[in-house]
Formats: sequence, structure tokens, C-alpha cells
Amino acid sequence: MSVDLQTVKRVARLARIAVSEEDAERMTGELNAILGFVEQLNEVDVSGVEPMTSVTPMEMKKRQDVVTDGSKAADIVANAPATEENFFLVPKVVE
Amino acid sequence: MTLIDTRTPDAKRLIPGATGDWEIIIGLEVHAQVISEAKLFSGASTAFGAAPNANVSLVDAAMPGMLPVINEECVKQAIRTGLGLKAQINHKSVFDRKNYFYPDLPQGYQISQFKQPIVGEGTVIVSVGPDRQGEFEDIEVGIERLHLEQDAGKSMHDQHPTMSYVDLNRSGVALMEIVSKPDLRSGDEAKAYVTKLRTIMRYLGTCDGNMDEGSLRADVNVSVRRPGGEFGTRCEIKNMNSIRFIGQAIDFEARRQIAIIEDGGKIDQETRLYDAVKGETRSMRSKEEAHDYRYFPDPDLLPLEFDQAYVDALAKELPELPDDKKARLISSLGLSTYDASILVSEKSVADYFEKVAAGRDGKLAANWVINDLLGQLNKVGKDIENAPVSPDQLGAVIDLIKDGTISGKIAKDLFEIVWNEGGDPRALVESRGMKQVTDTGAIEKAVDDVIAANPDKVEQARAKPTMAGWFVGQVMKATGGKANPQAVNDLVKAKLGIE
Amino acid sequence: MSDLTRLTISQARAKLRGKEITATEITEAYLSAIDRANPALNAYVAVTGDRARDMAKASDARLVKGEGGALEGIPLGIKDLFGTEGVHTQACSHVLDGFKPRYESTVTANLWADGAVMLGKLNMDEFAMGSSNETSYYGPVINPWRRSRLDTVVMPTTHQGDGGFVTAGGTKTQRTLDNAQLVPGGSSGGSATAVSAFLCAGATATDTGGSIRQPAAFTGTVGIKPTYGRCSRWGIVAFASSLDQAGPIARDVRDAAILLRSMASVDPKDTTSVDRPVPDYEAAIGKPIKGMKVGIPKEYRVDGMPEEIEALWQKGIAWLRDAGAEIVDISLPHTKYALPAYYIVAPAEASSNLARYDGVRYGLRVPGKDIVEMYEKTRAAGFGREVKRRIMIGTYVLSAGYYDAYYLQAQKVRNLIKRDFENVFAAGVDVILTPATPSAAFGIADEDMAADPVKMYLNDIFTVTVNMAGLPGIAVPAGLDPKGLPLGLQLIGRPFEEETLFQTAAVIEQAAGTFQPEKWW
Repeated sequence: MSVDLQTVKRVARLARIAVSEEDAERMTGELNAILGFVEQLNEVDVSGVEPMTSVTPMEMKKRQDVVTDGSKAADIVANAPATEENFFLVPKVVE
Repeated sequence: MTLIDTRTPDAKRLIPGATGDWEIIIGLEVHAQVISEAKLFSGASTAFGAAPNANVSLVDAAMPGMLPVINEECVKQAIRTGLGLKAQINHKSVFDRKNYFYPDLPQGYQISQFKQPIVGEGTVIVSVGPDRQGEFEDIEVGIERLHLEQDAGKSMHDQHPTMSYVDLNRSGVALMEIVSKPDLRSGDEAKAYVTKLRTIMRYLGTCDGNMDEGSLRADVNVSVRRPGGEFGTRCEIKNMNSIRFIGQAIDFEARRQIAIIEDGGKIDQETRLYDAVKGETRSMRSKEEAHDYRYFPDPDLLPLEFDQAYVDALAKELPELPDDKKARLISSLGLSTYDASILVSEKSVADYFEKVAAGRDGKLAANWVINDLLGQLNKVGKDIENAPVSPDQLGAVIDLIKDGTISGKIAKDLFEIVWNEGGDPRALVESRGMKQVTDTGAIEKAVDDVIAANPDKVEQARAKPTMAGWFVGQVMKATGGKANPQAVNDLVKAKLGIE
Repeated sequence: MSDLTRLTISQARAKLRGKEITATEITEAYLSAIDRANPALNAYVAVTGDRARDMAKASDARLVKGEGGALEGIPLGIKDLFGTEGVHTQACSHVLDGFKPRYESTVTANLWADGAVMLGKLNMDEFAMGSSNETSYYGPVINPWRRSRLDTVVMPTTHQGDGGFVTAGGTKTQRTLDNAQLVPGGSSGGSATAVSAFLCAGATATDTGGSIRQPAAFTGTVGIKPTYGRCSRWGIVAFASSLDQAGPIARDVRDAAILLRSMASVDPKDTTSVDRPVPDYEAAIGKPIKGMKVGIPKEYRVDGMPEEIEALWQKGIAWLRDAGAEIVDISLPHTKYALPAYYIVAPAEASSNLARYDGVRYGLRVPGKDIVEMYEKTRAAGFGREVKRRIMIGTYVLSAGYYDAYYLQAQKVRNLIKRDFENVFAAGVDVILTPATPSAAFGIADEDMAADPVKMYLNDIFTVTVNMAGLPGIAVPAGLDPKGLPLGLQLIGRPFEEETLFQTAAVIEQAAGTFQPEKWW
């Protein structure tokens, strides 16, 4: 399976990464090289095989329903590029 | 999801169009915030109304290197709700990442459940009505599934001309998404369904159902078709947080779609929002490509697994559910369907009623709770949790009627006194001399006095027996309302020689 | 005073406890060495001199009283992937510009609790994606090892030396270092270089497809990736959640064992952290391996494998046999599919894990007219080429219509790979011996590698199987190639049997010796 320029641009949109025409062209080649490489997986007979759902099987750890965190708005916004009164500020979302 | 037609078209629900009748097909996805102290995958508080980003942990803010750990209580709440929906509880379920970009979704993905949800198919019985004849109709609404997922934060777009404000307090709060089958056929049915879900969850204590605080929201899927015909293209009306508006939105949307189709047009599948001010739905996004959420199992988590014993232990502790309670009140106390419905509509009302009814005449208790207590609460806009009359106090009033200490009419006055001033009803009756007079001798004397004073009325009464009522009234007046009305009635009739 | 930076951790530990040296002395020695060497090697991206001195001082206060933790006063370098409170943590990416966490990763918190001293943050491939440490925003790391060639040198007829030594002419052969800069491997290139060039006593690193073992092999150091779930991932910038593991790079097997013991712990904040006590790994060193069954997988003998790698492998087999182990040929049939499966699973998980780098809450923000433009410009400017490539592949393989063909298929193949190992272990094999890398360190800006991303990926061909199966794997130096560059062997063990790895690696180390680069910087 291989990708064309249009697909690469669509994927870039999904990934929210701006790509120039040049970048997109170059990436098309690179991605196709990688996809060509992984193509060999189709040779493998996986009938009756489950996909791996946990690397080291064990019962999922669960927490007690107690408030143990939060109350640290200053820490939460400390590294933010733009804030006001502990809100994060971002350019408007166009609905 | 293949749509399966589970209901035959009901003439009552059809909408007439220009070219014939139409059936509305409605399915709902209800998002219910789970009652828990802490969030689904983080230890921050779920409390409403905190200062911006105060209920946010590093995990909620998606700091680099943060990891989710599940809150067991949220799992239990989902199972409880599933049991309340008479649904299949899945012993193994998986959390998937739903990937998309939005500023109130810090991780760039929502942890949800896609292929293997915690709860499968179930049913909810919904009582729709009353109609103009005062009749109710029970319909069966299929539940497709219930799954757990994270709520997103909040963005405010109207605080600033060019910037949006983002608060992550709600980000990560546990939600149960309850998906119905497309079994609903009218705005009324949809409203009744959401109301019923809300009631069930409030009974179970799994969601408080406060739509104005956002604890319960619905995405409404609406399409139209010829009765019994092929399903049409549906539109989704998102984020509805008022039961009343759900009804309005459905009505508008159905008519909008019918108008388009009858005009020869086609319905575009899209997401819409309901504008309550204008009373119309409008398209949410302009020609934007559909989201590709790229679901895959969250590798930071493991499959959620538990056995039947775990479910059984939770089932054992469940309170009696509204449908069961209603059936029991009808069968054991002989209440009408209507009355029983009202009493079970809120667990707080049911609890109140059952305390009053314990060891007392159920029907009398029902009358008092429904007509007097709820009636008065409605009038002054209070809810039953803040009722000025306690179940014990109301019970005492009823006891006083039953043992003949006061008449029904006096009881109403007594109720008003207790409401406004509080106090022990029995003591109040004593102190204010409200006891009804049952001493036959005294009553007889009063009757004799009135008869003696009104000989002409006696003649008229002999001719027209209904005039006995006038005598009863006079005796009641003379005794300050305290005479036992039944006894007065009997004596007047006897003395006048009337049947 | 002899060069304190030459002491291994175990040696420094003894001297510190014996009060022969102080933590402040050894820390200062390293800080000076870093100052002199870093311009040439670029191993560190942030040096925390003041903090190091404070920590050393506190260690000295404890040591003087005869108290102190397992790593008291030992100066360490920390890969830039680990969250270190108040200190540069950027995964060597521009997108995390200026990020200083308000939290400490569990692994590094464990080290500080044991008394270690932080020298600074180490360079790495951006977001741990790379096998050469050339994708870092801070520029490549230079391997302290250089190729050498044998030259015949004509000696001068007279020579006035220190002791009035005079030669009468003639020739001699000597090794001369080549000038070419070599890569240290990746992604933990900074960690491997720093350890190998005596710029820290030991370092933390992470391994997703070979990022500890491959750079360890390229720099003549020891690196171990423990079993998945052994070390907590909390506070470590995530690359591929089901593959990432933290581990140490150190100068010898004993040092690696000492470090792993401090790093590992059970963490309730990490759902994938396994609830097992941490054993005393050091105690395994020196235990005899008589009777141990060592598996030699035929599928690791790949076409075109350089002679010296095969020769090294044979040497390793001989050493273990001489030490009493039983050598058995085994088959791990799905070996060759591990790398392609990895290049589906890892990018897929990464594409999701890196979605949070969006300019909203931390790091770089490139302004935009609306939020979407801000996202797209920020991520375009913030991520390097390799990272973007992997995000794109990952996004593509998860997208509608492709999930089953790629991701699902790869996760099934992963179970087959794991099953191969389980079968072999069930048949009685205790440990598996393979080469660590298909070659020695290559040159910076190698043209072949630059032209084809897949060529770079092939560096991980022997290591990636281990991550896919979640097993522990260690790389231990075993010899030099004809150009004088270090080569490593890899041992793969059963889940949570890191002790067996240390035990066996020690035997190889005993036979092969340890290797230090000649100082040219």
C-alpha cells in the first residue's frame, strides 16, 4: 500500500502539522519507503492470534475514590505561553 | 450500527406532511457525569464551581510523562447504572483513545471505550403521558450500550475578542455515555426517556442529573421516514442540556427535514446545535471533513476485568428501582398508576412517602403527600429535601385523623400551622383546642338547638332532604368547626327523620 | 589527586563510604570535565552545577555521619527525557522550549532518594526517536570513540625527551585516531557518550526499540533495558507507551546493577508498573553460570552481517561454554518481522502521545490567526523531521480503513514474537545470546542513512524484538572491531530475570575486559 500527495496532506491535517508543498512531496517518498518496508507483515499467518492487549498481563490497578490531587492551579499554568487569572489563553476556536 | 426497527409505526405519533404522514426516528446519546469524589483517571476533585484550573492535576493537564490510573468507584457506578438499565454487564472491557485536537482536550485524545464497552444491551420502560384523556402509555426503549469516558474541559469564546479561555476543571471527570437504540418516535417520548434515565440514576446515586450544572447532557439523533419505511439520513443535535429544549429541538428538526424532503431535497448528515432563543437548529460545522478519531486501545491502561461475583455484590446493595417500587405501591397499597408514578418520580419523594406510609393507610398517605405536601412545595418552589413538614409530622397529622381526634378539614388547618410554625401536631391540637367534638351528647344538644331555632327550615328539610346539609353547616358553625362532621350528619338526619 | 572521574560507581561508593574522598570533590571533578569536554562531545544539554554542588554537600553531611543511601554522593547524568523538577526537560525538542516541570519522575526521584547527585540533562534523539542521536534540537552527540588505523611511523634520528632519551631512528607501528566524527548511537547517545567519556559516573537512559543497548554497544559501555513494567514510566516523556522502559548505562556490569536497583520500583501512579519487589541485582554478579542453558537464535544471523560481528558472537559463545554453560541452537521464527511491526506500533502510539504538544499549556507556541493555525504552525516549527515522519506514519496507520491492515496486524505479530520467546524459555533456555548491533558506530551525517530512513531503522534489528516481547535485554562490550571500535553482545532474559542477565553479562565482561576510548577531546 502506498500514499499519494493528497493523502499525505490529509494526514498532516489530521496530525495538525503544517506542511509546505515541498515538505509534502519529500514526505510522500519517505513515508512510502517506510510503508514499503512494513508491507512484509502481510506475509505472516495470524489466524487465531489475538492482538497484544497488555505487555505484561496483570489485573489493572485501581485507585480509591479519594481526592488526592489538584489545588495547584499555579503549577498547572506555570509553563503556559499565555494565561490570565489561571485560565489558559488560546487563539479563538472557530466553531 | 445497523438500525433495527423495534417498533411498529404508531398512528398517534405520526406527523402529517404535505405529501402524507411521516414518522420521526429518534435515538439519544446521553452523557451523565458520574457521582464520585475524584476524577476517572486522576485524583483531582470533581466538585462543581471551583476557581479556574483549581481541580486539575498534572494528569488532567496532560503534562509530559503523566499516566492514567482508574478510579474503582467510577467502575462500580457504571455497573450499578447498567444494572438499573437491566443491561448486560461485560466482564471484560477496554479503554480506547479517541484522538482529536481541541483546546479543552489537553491530551489531544479522550480516553473512552469504543469496541468493548463496560455495559451492553438493556431496556428502559418509559411512561409517556398523560395524554388528553389523562392516560399513560408504557413504551420499551432499547439501550444499545453504556461506556465510561473522560469529560473535556471548558472553553469560553465570549470573554475576549480574539482569545478563548480554557479551564480544565471538568477535564477528566468520569462520564457514562448511554446510547439508546433508535426506538423513540416523538419529542414527548424523548423527554420522558431522558427524565426516566435521570430518575433511575438519581435513585442509584450514580448521577445527580443536574442539567443546569451540566451533569446530564444529550446528543439527539433525528431522522424522518415514511411510516415503516427505510430509515432516513439523520442529523445530530449536540449538547442539549434541557429536557424542555430537547422536545422543541426534535419538533423543529423533524419539520425541517420533512420540508426539505417534500421539496425534493436530500438531508445532509451533519451535526447541529439548537438555538433556544430562535427556536431552531443550525449546522455546527461548514463542510468540514468528518472526524477520523483513529481509535486504538490505550496502551497506558490494561483491559478492565471483573467477575460475576463482583457484579452480584453490587447488585445486592442496590436500592429498589422506580419501576419495581411503583409496581409494589400499586399492588400492595392499591394506589392508582397515576399516584404511584408521582410518588416514585424522585427517590426523595418516594423515601418521604414510604416513611409516612409505614404502618398507616397507604392511600391516605398518598393523598396527603401528593395533594397537600407536593402541592404546597410546588406553590412556594421548594423541593422535598427542604420541606418544612417532616414525614413524622405529616404522619402524626394522618394518625390524628385516623383516630378521630380531628376531622379531615381541621387536619388541613393543622398542616398549615405545622408548615408555617413547626411543632408536634398532637401537642398543637391540644394547645389550640383543635380536637373535634365526638361527644354525642354535646353534638346532640347542638343539633337540637339548631332544630329548635329553625322550625320552618325543618319543614323544608322534610320535604327536600338535601337541606339537611344546611343544618349540618349550622351545627358546625355553632361548634366552631370541631364537631365530628359524620356524627353531626347522622344525628341531623335522624332527628329530622330523613334517610 | 588521581582523576576521580575514572572511578566506577562501585569504586567511588567504596571511597566515599571509606571517607577517602568527598562527594563535593568527585562532583567538582565531573563538573570540570564536563566544562572542558562538552563543547567537543555535546553530551549535555543542561548542566546543573549549583544543584549538583548543593546535592553533593548534603551527601557529604550524611556520609560524614556514616549515613547515606545506596548511591550517596554518586554524580549521575540524566537523559533529557526524564522530568526533573525545575530543570530543563525538553526531550531535546524545540516544541518543549523552556519547559521546566513542577514534578520529578519516579525513576529520578528514586535516585535522589538514594543520595545520588545530578550533574545535568543529557542529549538524546528528539523524543527518543532515532538510532544515532542526530535528530536532537541541540545538535548531534559525538562518540568519544574514533576509528583508528595502524600506521608505520618513521622515528626521528634524535629525540630529546624528558629523560634525555635518544633514539637512533627506525620505524614503529602505532594506532592513529581517525578524525572522522562518529555517532554514539541513539536515542540515548548523550547518556552513552557521557558515561564512556568520563563525564558522569553513570547515566539514566530509556529504551523503546534499542535506545539503551545500541548506544551502549557503540560506546563500549553496559546498558540494560529491564522487563516492561520494572521501572515506572511516570514523569518520563512518553514516546511509545507499550515499549518504553527506563534503564541505566554504566561503565561495567556491576555499576549497571547498582543503578538499576535504585531506579526500579513499584509505582501506583503507573498502571503498567508491575507489583514485584526489586531484588539486589549486584548479588547476582560472580555467581557461576554452570549448567545454564544459553540459546543461540539462528534468525539473528542475517545476510550481509559483517564478519567481525559473527566472530564476536562465536567468541561470546566460547566464553560462556568455558564457564560451564550449555549452548543450544534455538529458533525464533518471527524475528525478522519485529522491526516492521515496531515501525507500525511505535509511531502509532507516538502520534497519539505527541498530540499534547500543541502550544496551549507549555512549550513553544507559534501564533496563529485561530487555534488550528496555531496548532499547525507550532507543531511544524517545533518538531524535527524524524519526529514528523513518525507522527505521520502513526496517524496514517491508525486512520480509518487502515487500522486492521496495519496496527491490528502488527499487534498480532507482536504476540507471535512473544510466543516465540515463551516457547524457547519453556523448553528450558535460561538466556539468549545475540549480537547487539549489525555494525560498529558509523559516521555522523552518513549519506546512506540520510537518504533512506529505513537504513537507519535497521540499526535496531537485534534489539527491537526484546521491546516487542516486553523482555529484559542487556548489552555488554565484548571486543573491538578491526578499526578499534567497540562491539557489544546482547543477552535476553525471561521476564523479571534481570539477575540472570547481570550474572551472565559479568562472565562475558570477565573474559572480554572493559574498554575505554582514547582521549582526543
